[in-house]
Amino acid sequence: MSTTYNVIGTRPIRHDGADKVTGRALYGADLQLARMIHGAILRSPHAHARILRIDTSKAEALPGVFAVVTAADFPPAPADKIVDFGEGDTLLSSLRGNILASGKVLYSGHAVAAVAAVNAHVAAEAAALIEVDYEPLPCVLTAPEAMAPGAPILHDDLPNGNVAELIRYEMGDLAAGFAEATVIVERELDTATVHQGYIEPQNATAFWSSDGRIHIWCSTQGSFVARDASAAVLDVPVSQVKVTPMEIGGGFGGKINVYLEPVAALLSKKVGRPVKLVMSRRDVFTGTGPTPGSRVRVKIGVNDAGKITAAQAWLAYEAGAYPGAMVGPGAMTVFACYEIENVLIEGFDVVVNKPSTSAYRAPGAPNSALATETVLDEIAEKLGLDPLDLRLRNAAKEGTRRADGPRYKRIGCIEVLEAMKASPHYNAPLPGPNCGRGVAIGFWFNAGLPSSATLSVNADGTVNLIEGSTDIGGSRTSLSMQAAEVLGLRAEDIHPTIVDTDSVGYTGVTGGSRTTFSTGLAVHDAAQMVVEQMKARAARLWAVDEVAFSNGTFSGNGQSLTFAELAAQLGATGGPVSCSATVNPKGVGGSIAGLIIDVQVDPETGKTDVLRATSVQDAGKAIHPAYVEGQMQGGTAQGIGWALNEEYFMDAAGDMRNGSYLDYRMPTALDLPMIETIIVEVPNPGHPFGVRGVGEANIVPPLAAVANALYRATGKRLNRVPMNPATILGL
Amino acid sequence: MSAKVQVQTTINNEPVQFLCEPRQSLLECLRDIVGLTGTKEGCGDGNCGSCTVKLGDRIVTSCLVLGVEAAGESITTVEGLAHGSTLHPLQKAFLDHAALQCGICTPGFLIAADALLQKHPHPTEEQTRFWLSNNLCRCTGYDKIIRAVQAAAIEINGAAQ
Repeated sequence: MSTTYNVIGTRPIRHDGADKVTGRALYGADLQLARMIHGAILRSPHAHARILRIDTSKAEALPGVFAVVTAADFPPAPADKIVDFGEGDTLLSSLRGNILASGKVLYSGHAVAAVAAVNAHVAAEAAALIEVDYEPLPCVLTAPEAMAPGAPILHDDLPNGNVAELIRYEMGDLAAGFAEATVIVERELDTATVHQGYIEPQNATAFWSSDGRIHIWCSTQGSFVARDASAAVLDVPVSQVKVTPMEIGGGFGGKINVYLEPVAALLSKKVGRPVKLVMSRRDVFTGTGPTPGSRVRVKIGVNDAGKITAAQAWLAYEAGAYPGAMVGPGAMTVFACYEIENVLIEGFDVVVNKPSTSAYRAPGAPNSALATETVLDEIAEKLGLDPLDLRLRNAAKEGTRRADGPRYKRIGCIEVLEAMKASPHYNAPLPGPNCGRGVAIGFWFNAGLPSSATLSVNADGTVNLIEGSTDIGGSRTSLSMQAAEVLGLRAEDIHPTIVDTDSVGYTGVTGGSRTTFSTGLAVHDAAQMVVEQMKARAARLWAVDEVAFSNGTFSGNGQSLTFAELAAQLGATGGPVSCSATVNPKGVGGSIAGLIIDVQVDPETGKTDVLRATSVQDAGKAIHPAYVEGQMQGGTAQGIGWALNEEYFMDAAGDMRNGSYLDYRMPTALDLPMIETIIVEVPNPGHPFGVRGVGEANIVPPLAAVANALYRATGKRLNRVPMNPATILGL
Repeated sequence: MSAKVQVQTTINNEPVQFLCEPRQSLLECLRDIVGLTGTKEGCGDGNCGSCTVKLGDRIVTSCLVLGVEAAGESITTVEGLAHGSTLHPLQKAFLDHAALQCGICTPGFLIAADALLQKHPHPTEEQTRFWLSNNLCRCTGYDKIIRAVQAAAIEINGAAQ
């Protein structure tokens, strides 16, 4: 039976909407502070080189320059010092090394030094005056090459050459499983390095006060993670750093790591003034984390009944300059949509001379799903089965165990597949020649992580919501709606504010599709506390023991007051009501997404037009359906760009040759059709409203769905993404 | 540093004078000198459209125009779209249709769409997509933006004949 809600499932206007359509909303680069000066970063032109000498004297002598910093300005720390800011252990030297290179540069674009000057132009001129002597070293740019014997070695302290980590998941008896199969297909597919492509470049402004406190303003997905990472890099206690999150212009996982914050702080410490750093678009491409290029080999065996009997995967992901490719999640998700008894998965985290990679929307999963979902498409064809029917025969369900260990609670795989099968799109004919339709599905875990919220009741019956989750796509409103639902109010009655790290309890990143789920839970719990306190006030007013609360009205012993009426009497019944909750939820619900896509290929030019796309996703419960649709449409668009077009073009020396939006071509409005959406709701039992989180799973299917559609259109099984005209024409 | 130049312009229907270096872009002048930070910088080379403003009777990417070139010109930025506290129909449509997620590209889209609707009162989907193809959005997949612009066209100009 479905629950009836008053606010959840409606589409109110976002609380920050007026500010964002009138230009008033302040993003990181919009910050202006008294006495603020500006910085620039000098970056390495070499993909791999030893730094022999850095001479900053000419830069320092330029009029208008206030300070220059290099890695030598970091406070001394033991080489093997480990830091942990909630997301696992990291070597401090790696964290610092990516922010300002020390000893060696490991990619073209690696930051080497920074300047603070009266304005950004003078800072850039000064940066160009810094003399760096390099001893160039051979570079290695792809995972297979970096794993080969004799490859140039990036880090002397990694025990296995350039392989930073080996992951292995095994279940059942692989050989026996393949022996039972009547059809076995094995394919190897490569994907190129791609960037998150958020439109707002990274930025940070820092002020290191004479009292030792460091105030940082930046566009970050997680103010507390930015605080903790900056404190670790600067070797100061976390309480010494305050991060004020500015509005953020997209992130998609790419604005979790810190790049500029500690540098701005070091410059500010030298100068005693606030220092602002803003990246250029080329800096964003070459100096921040793209998501890994990869090689993935998948072998799947199926019996006559269409049941998968065995599956094997081999994954090598390019971490970039420092360990930490998203091969772990790639390995965990590669067969995550299916119930398979016999599985072997091996993953390799491989360092190469490219920018250090970071998360990008379901990080690691699209790469591995590409291989699984195209192999399944081929098997379905060999068996003469509808590709969705093959998936339905093997779909994961409650109780299915993944090879990496966990068993699923409620999971919407079957429901998503059935919705795809029943959709108008899947049942419509293709429009003409050279057209093909492809399908694929994908899984993403979603995340929990801590979140905090405070609700304060105003005498006019509205409620202030204080929270710490950066709002990238409407979370102020999806959180306010959950408060309003509990309190019997309208979304508009809740006034959300995102505050700095001194002003709210610890809150993890806006990432992992977790904000509406996890911060939503904190808001829900705080709202329930408000209800309990308000009930106690009503009980006191009416001198009764029991007060009921329903649909925004308190009642007891024949009397009743609306929320607003009681709110007006709080002063007289004991004072204001304000409640806080901090949660660290365990009931995370994974999300399954599917895509149906129609393409048409020009046989002469190899150009692909996307004719129609339908994204299907299990939201658990869609709090604000328009924002859920938006996530699905956005993830689909990014996935289509990744599938067809986007790619880092690196020359043999490791220099990115297309580091601009002109040449790194993301989909424009003209490249895409309307993107239809079907929201499936299989409630997550771990959340009071059933929320799963919707930000990420939608980017997992597009690579494979496009590949499968291209096969139907051209008869070619392509083994390389992007599937651009050159790939399609075999050039 | 070179000598600064005084530039006389009209911005959002108000006379504005500013002092800038000859090398400073119009975008930089608007944001850092005049204080109108609603116009955004996404790429600095004219390819993302976030800095789109109206200059005279055409739209430009203000990162590719020098501040000194704006002398004597009339400029409209996102701050000039609303009438007092009443939103422009495009601004309202963007909110009603959830046409923004992060919002960084929104000012550029609004200015470009406003120019579109002045040239084509009832643009087709194809016309709308073509016109807005110099504005990159990475969040929405454009679907809700296109719908918002077409809804605003009807709001402003009535249903197509």
